[in-house]
Amino acid sequence: MRAWLPTALRGLLLLALLAFLVSPESFEPLLKPLVQQDAPAIYNHGSLLSLTLQHLRTVFIATAAATIIAIGLAILVTRPIGAEFLPLSRSLVNIGQTFPPVAVLALAVPAVGFGEKPTLIALFLYGLLPIFENTLTALTNLPRSVMEAARGAGMTGFQRLFQVELPLSLPVIVAGIRLSVVINLSTATIGSTVAAKTLGEVIIAGLQSNNLAFILQGGLIVGALAILIYDSLSGVEKLLTRRVGRR
Amino acid sequence: MKIRFDKLGVVIALVAACGVFSSFAVLKPNRILQGQAQSILDALPSGMGWGLLLVLVMAGTAAVLRMTAWAKLIAAAAALLVLVLAMGYAATFLTPSGNSYARVSPASGFWLLLFAFALLAADAMTRLRPPPWMRILFLVIAAFGIGGVLMSGSWNGLSIMKEYSGRADVFWTEAGRHVMLALGSLAAAVAVGLPLGIFCHRFTALKDAVLNTLNLIQTIPSIALFGLLIGPLAWFAATVPGAANIGIRGIGAAPAFVALFLYSLLPVVANTVIGLAGVPREANDAARGIGMTDRQRLFDVELPLALPVILTGIRIVLVQNIGLATIAALIGGGGFGVFVFQGIGQTAMDLVLLGAVPTVAMAFAAAVVLDASIEMNFRVQNGARSA
Amino acid sequence: MIEIDAITKTYDEIAVVDDVSMVIEPRTITVVVGTSGSGKTTLLRMINRLVEPTSGEIRLDGDDNRSMPAHELRRRIGYAIQGHGLFPHRTVAQNIATVPRLLGWEKPRMDAKVAELLTLFQLEPEIFGPRYPHQLSGGQQQRVGVARALAAEPNVLLMDEPFGALDPIIRAKAQDDLLAIQKHFGTTIVLVTHDMNEAFHLANKIAVMDKGKVVQYGPPVELVRAPTTDFVKTLIGDAERPFRLLSVANAAAAVEPGEAEGEPIQEDRSQQDALAALLWSGRDALPVVSVGGKPIGRIKLSTLLKRAARLQ
Repeated sequence: MRAWLPTALRGLLLLALLAFLVSPESFEPLLKPLVQQDAPAIYNHGSLLSLTLQHLRTVFIATAAATIIAIGLAILVTRPIGAEFLPLSRSLVNIGQTFPPVAVLALAVPAVGFGEKPTLIALFLYGLLPIFENTLTALTNLPRSVMEAARGAGMTGFQRLFQVELPLSLPVIVAGIRLSVVINLSTATIGSTVAAKTLGEVIIAGLQSNNLAFILQGGLIVGALAILIYDSLSGVEKLLTRRVGRR
Repeated sequence: MKIRFDKLGVVIALVAACGVFSSFAVLKPNRILQGQAQSILDALPSGMGWGLLLVLVMAGTAAVLRMTAWAKLIAAAAALLVLVLAMGYAATFLTPSGNSYARVSPASGFWLLLFAFALLAADAMTRLRPPPWMRILFLVIAAFGIGGVLMSGSWNGLSIMKEYSGRADVFWTEAGRHVMLALGSLAAAVAVGLPLGIFCHRFTALKDAVLNTLNLIQTIPSIALFGLLIGPLAWFAATVPGAANIGIRGIGAAPAFVALFLYSLLPVVANTVIGLAGVPREANDAARGIGMTDRQRLFDVELPLALPVILTGIRIVLVQNIGLATIAALIGGGGFGVFVFQGIGQTAMDLVLLGAVPTVAMAFAAAVVLDASIEMNFRVQNGARSA
Repeated sequence: MIEIDAITKTYDEIAVVDDVSMVIEPRTITVVVGTSGSGKTTLLRMINRLVEPTSGEIRLDGDDNRSMPAHELRRRIGYAIQGHGLFPHRTVAQNIATVPRLLGWEKPRMDAKVAELLTLFQLEPEIFGPRYPHQLSGGQQQRVGVARALAAEPNVLLMDEPFGALDPIIRAKAQDDLLAIQKHFGTTIVLVTHDMNEAFHLANKIAVMDKGKVVQYGPPVELVRAPTTDFVKTLIGDAERPFRLLSVANAAAAVEPGEAEGEPIQEDRSQQDALAALLWSGRDALPVVSVGGKPIGRIKLSTLLKRAARLQ
């Protein structure tokens, strides 16, 4: 396959997404055939652009918080001081993954009420797991000879962590963040069932009024965002992997 | 000798202490209104309250000290059992007699205590490193324990059980629907995904195209995919004769089933490909060398060796499907999601719990069973080395 | 000088290293040999405190090695391991400068040291300095690993099977390089291996370890002539004893005045090489020349045969 083709496709996708968000009306003819006579083909209870930005904001805040906490926790349980927590943290991650996002979302409501907060909590908790798991995997599977050499060269625990362990783990950590973001982009739509302002609002409005165009535009915007973010984080990951010399 | 403390135990004891000092149960005038929080000693007759505290302090002490994992597991199990029974008793104790509107629900203190001792049990279990069959045995014992408490009626005074008793029939129908959606779509995904994965492994040109397409499907948010399938299936039901008779309709279970199926394909296909690619070259060479046909090689060598990885894919799918099936309720597909979304709609949190708790329990049980079977498979392949 | 004094290390009540005492002279190469599980690596790792001993003491030039924090001690001791352990995310130059950077050297001094070491190991600094480890061959990676261990000019270099992952031809070259480097810097080297040929090739003194104990510690010749236990005997190999004796002595030591026909041998080659040349060419004697190529005498086959016998 020609090398420029995927890049060109991505650029096209980004352009199409931006064009749709800035001027959704110009796409009306495309979506019109999907709806009944008088029904609107473009979401009309709010600006798609601002909903998209709010969607991204929610995901970004939750993922950023999850990244900091997850990496911190993974570092803690791989140090001698936190070693006692390592086995349990592994099984907690395993158990945590069995909690469906909807359940986390619904259970957060009694604690913090409706709106953006329960969504943030659910996304935070759900985003923690992949990042924690990946960081843990990376930190516990570093090449033995390299760690041995770092110790033998006289690096202190801090120096080993920041100069060797974290730089070498970075690609795997980024892969975890990528997974987390993509899951959260999709899960955030469910947040609209508890009145969070996300693109889920568009989809749910479509489900309620039987408007296929609404469902389609909401779903496609989220899908396009996910693909673009997934791709760019994959790029970052590849770059980092090459930098740590493992191709 | 100096007494040595267990770091994790100290954390658990601190969480439990927070739980003891927070409210244990909440009494609400009806199922929707805000309630009045009650501490342990207010929520139980005084003798019983002190008794519960004593058991909790003893279990907390067991957590803090360095003891064998078995001792900790027994302490945790005892604390959990007493906690659950006390909650049931608190419900009958707090509800004013003759008032059928008042509701009693567990409050934050109860959840904290439950979390703390579940953590203790989980840690003890992790340290015991039980063999797969023992993990399943633990699961069965836990299931019987919970079943016993529920059947005994000791929880009948609690709000969540009142929500249940009002819709017992619907509950079991939706449970059946939920299982059907999660397991049925998994079965369909395995039936299609496994051959597709083998095909992708043999014809590498196809691999990227198939995996990329399946990856794309995963990026579409679940509620949108559920919604988008309504249209095509409605058209299908209307145009294909007989389709409507076997239950295919635009809304309901059919689009949910198809959506779950599509989501399930990626992990099944990807793990089949990864598993087959991970078969050691020497094994394949040896198989060819002794004159196996491609077909014999596939069934006698490649698939058995790839099985743990394929099972891991199936585990991911099953746990994910049990969770996602809750969303089916949004398009009339049924399942436990019905209660979750009704509960959110009516701001009746106990109704949300009625949907969410069984979903979590089901996903958890599925994960335990599949993990155990993966490990059994792995042990067979790797013999004593993996021990 | 490294003084190992009654060192013991136990794991779960089992002594991996059991009451070992030995003195390692400065500017020598000491090779510790033994089967896997004999405790040789543990002994080595106790010198730079990667493992802390259960009891006993190790002194470096008279100072207890616990008189400073472990990481500072390790910065003063070179350490090279099997599979090189290079940092994959750092260039060759950055890898070599690891310890100098930890010690806070000035940049020009670091750069000069990196260039010096790369040149010494026959790697062009401009070409190899900016490369990443995965862009090097196995032999080059191993050389960079040793260069890194020597970067802070340590008096002591510890090596744990440093050539274990190399193929025979590259390994022989790496061993010769090591001998040259040791002469150049005068470093005290302690090297762990299970390869007896390597031990005889490199060692001034060999320590044989068996089940946590040092069963014999002395010059290679002594091990061949007077093995203290059956284990040492087996390790050296009955059939190889005479050749091992010849392999640790220079041709120069067997020279006598006189002349001989044919291809000469250089005085710094081993007597084993001289014997091989004699047997292969079917001669009774061969001429010996100095490193400079000047004739200095001859070696007779009968002399070598006598030297290869147990008693002399």
